[in-house]
Amino acid sequence: MATVKYDESTRIYPGNDAPSVDRLNIDIADGEFLVLVGPSGSGKSTALRMLAGLEEVNGGKIWIGDRDVTNLSPKDRDVAMVFQNYALYPHMSVADNMGFALKIAGVDKGEIRKRVEEAAKILDLEPYLERKPKALSGGQRQRVAMGRAIVRSPQVFLMDEPLSNLDAKLRVQTRTQIASLQRRLGVTTVYVTHDQVEAMTMGDRIAVLKDGILQQVATPREMYDSPANVFVAGFIGSPAMNLVSVPVTDGGVKFGSHTLPVSRDALAGGGSNVIVGVRPEDVEVTSGEGLELTVDVVEELGADAYVYGTPTDENIRLEGGDDALAKPFIARVDGRRVPMKGDKVFVQPNADHMHVFNADSGARLSG
Amino acid sequence: MPLEITTARPDPALLDLPWSTPLEDWPDQYLAALPRGISRHVVRFVKLSGRVLAVKEIKEDLARREYDMLRDLRRLHEPAVEPFGVVSGRVGADGEPLDACLITRHLKFSLPYRALFSQGLRPGTETRLIDALAVLLVRLHLAGFWWGDVSLSNTLFRRDAGSFAAYLVDAETGELFPSLTNGQRAHDLDIARVNIAGELMDLQAGDLLDPEIDPVVISNRIVTRYDALWAELTATEEFDTGERWRVEERIRRLNAVGFDVDELAISTDIDGTRISIQPKVVDAGHHSRRLLRLTGLDVGEGQARRLLNDLDNYRAASDRQNDDEEIVAHEWLTRIYEPITRRVPRELSGKLEPAELFHEVLEHRWYMAEREQNDVPIERAIEDYVASILPTKPDEAAVVGVDTIEMPVIAERP
Repeated sequence: MATVKYDESTRIYPGNDAPSVDRLNIDIADGEFLVLVGPSGSGKSTALRMLAGLEEVNGGKIWIGDRDVTNLSPKDRDVAMVFQNYALYPHMSVADNMGFALKIAGVDKGEIRKRVEEAAKILDLEPYLERKPKALSGGQRQRVAMGRAIVRSPQVFLMDEPLSNLDAKLRVQTRTQIASLQRRLGVTTVYVTHDQVEAMTMGDRIAVLKDGILQQVATPREMYDSPANVFVAGFIGSPAMNLVSVPVTDGGVKFGSHTLPVSRDALAGGGSNVIVGVRPEDVEVTSGEGLELTVDVVEELGADAYVYGTPTDENIRLEGGDDALAKPFIARVDGRRVPMKGDKVFVQPNADHMHVFNADSGARLSG
Repeated sequence: MPLEITTARPDPALLDLPWSTPLEDWPDQYLAALPRGISRHVVRFVKLSGRVLAVKEIKEDLARREYDMLRDLRRLHEPAVEPFGVVSGRVGADGEPLDACLITRHLKFSLPYRALFSQGLRPGTETRLIDALAVLLVRLHLAGFWWGDVSLSNTLFRRDAGSFAAYLVDAETGELFPSLTNGQRAHDLDIARVNIAGELMDLQAGDLLDPEIDPVVISNRIVTRYDALWAELTATEEFDTGERWRVEERIRRLNAVGFDVDELAISTDIDGTRISIQPKVVDAGHHSRRLLRLTGLDVGEGQARRLLNDLDNYRAASDRQNDDEEIVAHEWLTRIYEPITRRVPRELSGKLEPAELFHEVLEHRWYMAEREQNDVPIERAIEDYVASILPTKPDEAAVVGVDTIEMPVIAERP
């Protein structure tokens, strides 16, 4: 087991001007489950392959424990890349299905047997070791496939979108299994996904990347409560945070008809406009104060409901929408007091849970 | 929910398939053969309007993604199975929704590796399969396709004049990029190596592969073969201006491994004493394209090479070197190739593809000539071949069932 350290690690592909991974700095603790998340082209998979030794590092270093592995070949790094595929081999016993990767790596038979038995104990597969996979249930087969990775007992597990080709049901189930297994094994794990829900539910900490640059690394809670910039604010959370560009006024910012009190210190360096962010669950529906919306869609969820609306003031556009489609403002409201489609409602952020960002740089200004 | 069928080749017979039944329970009357193969999903082969189709039950978004990916690969002229359609909106008899189905056309005369191994192999077949897979992987990588699940199971093989041509079957995990990085290629190769070793070990466990063969050694071959071919196709070569013949030489070498050069970058250093060349765009199928142009025959690369050799021999033997190549080719086609391949009785026509049969007859003639220490006319060779060899061959036109176990990994019912 080991720590992992990205130290100014940089990857520039030949022929590209911009680095695909630009001076990445992350310290990953021993036994930690770190999720690299970002949209496609963010450099997350490249960062993982750099750690695996599959992609050359052009600048900076990569450490595993106290070893500088920057220039080591993949097999000398003691890391295991976990494949998406987990085909099981019908003629081989469960034990052989789990141990064959060790045979490829040239581990001797006694040692393979020992490690397979240890893994089987963790996975509750001990009674089945001599059976063929066909005799197992679906869930047991999945555990055998995980056993393939475990028996290698590497210092670090690397997983690149391992759930992307599973259907929704199996994805949720396997997600839970991987996370709980990782906690039991205590092996440092770096996991790549484009899915922020996967990131939030699995990671001890999450590192958000965009265009090769690390945006923020934090626990899921911190990431949700105080996103470092507009990108992270819009990327983490579902439905996404509402982000509205508003003018700065005396004593705060103007949110529709209402002035939200924001301390002068917090607005320092923010210019004449700032971006206010508020998550749907932190939106308060008021009686005539704040931003006026026309209700477009109401999504009933029972206990509460999501209201999707458009600001009546056409000059107010929400950040994060694409050009063709204006992004709706989303509010979670009490399921017993739901407005109708076409209604006009006024909304404003709960003052304790609002976020303020610099309109130019996108950086967080408040708390 | 209404049934929704997306297909590039609308066939009303599709509607007659029992879409409201889970694929697992489809009655035998629809099936071309028993389903087999290592698969995470339920797969069945069905007969439809004289075709054989593979049907895979899978979530709708995954089915559509794979359908589009296979279409993209076909558009890029990569060797992959042909997507036929996606059927979604299925509802079972109990009113419960069923997963969508991805339909692909069965590739005629293709063989799953397990079928090849269960036939009892000529020695060295396992290495020829790996070589074919290496060519496929290089071609896909040149096109910017990262496979993510390279394995023998996800590949189909067609006989190709004594060797094999490989086709991609499963694009579930694949992604297309403008180009691949070295790391992405290395990742695919690493996956290939581990999967191949596992698959060969499984064959040994099932007594289908000689226990003397070392799966690890064979699986390493994918890396060496791939690297050699990749270097030949992409490496920069430098030489003095006086050695310009080396440009020709490089192109000849690329042709020899079956590739045409569509674009070659040539640059000199500042004082013009050194030249460096690097192929920028290469296109697989050098021999098959040439044969297609000359004769209209669309066959495998190895088969094309063999047929072109025979064509050259014909040209020499009939003393026609000075005649127009197209005219001689047409004559060879009508006087040699077609009469020979037509000599196969209908009941034996499912054994081998015509071009592969022609190759086999040429081989057979060589053995006969050696035995008799005399030239053997091809007419006598085909007669002997049809009488003595062909009937012993297995039918390979539509091999879909092999002796393996389907093992979907499924979500546990809570």
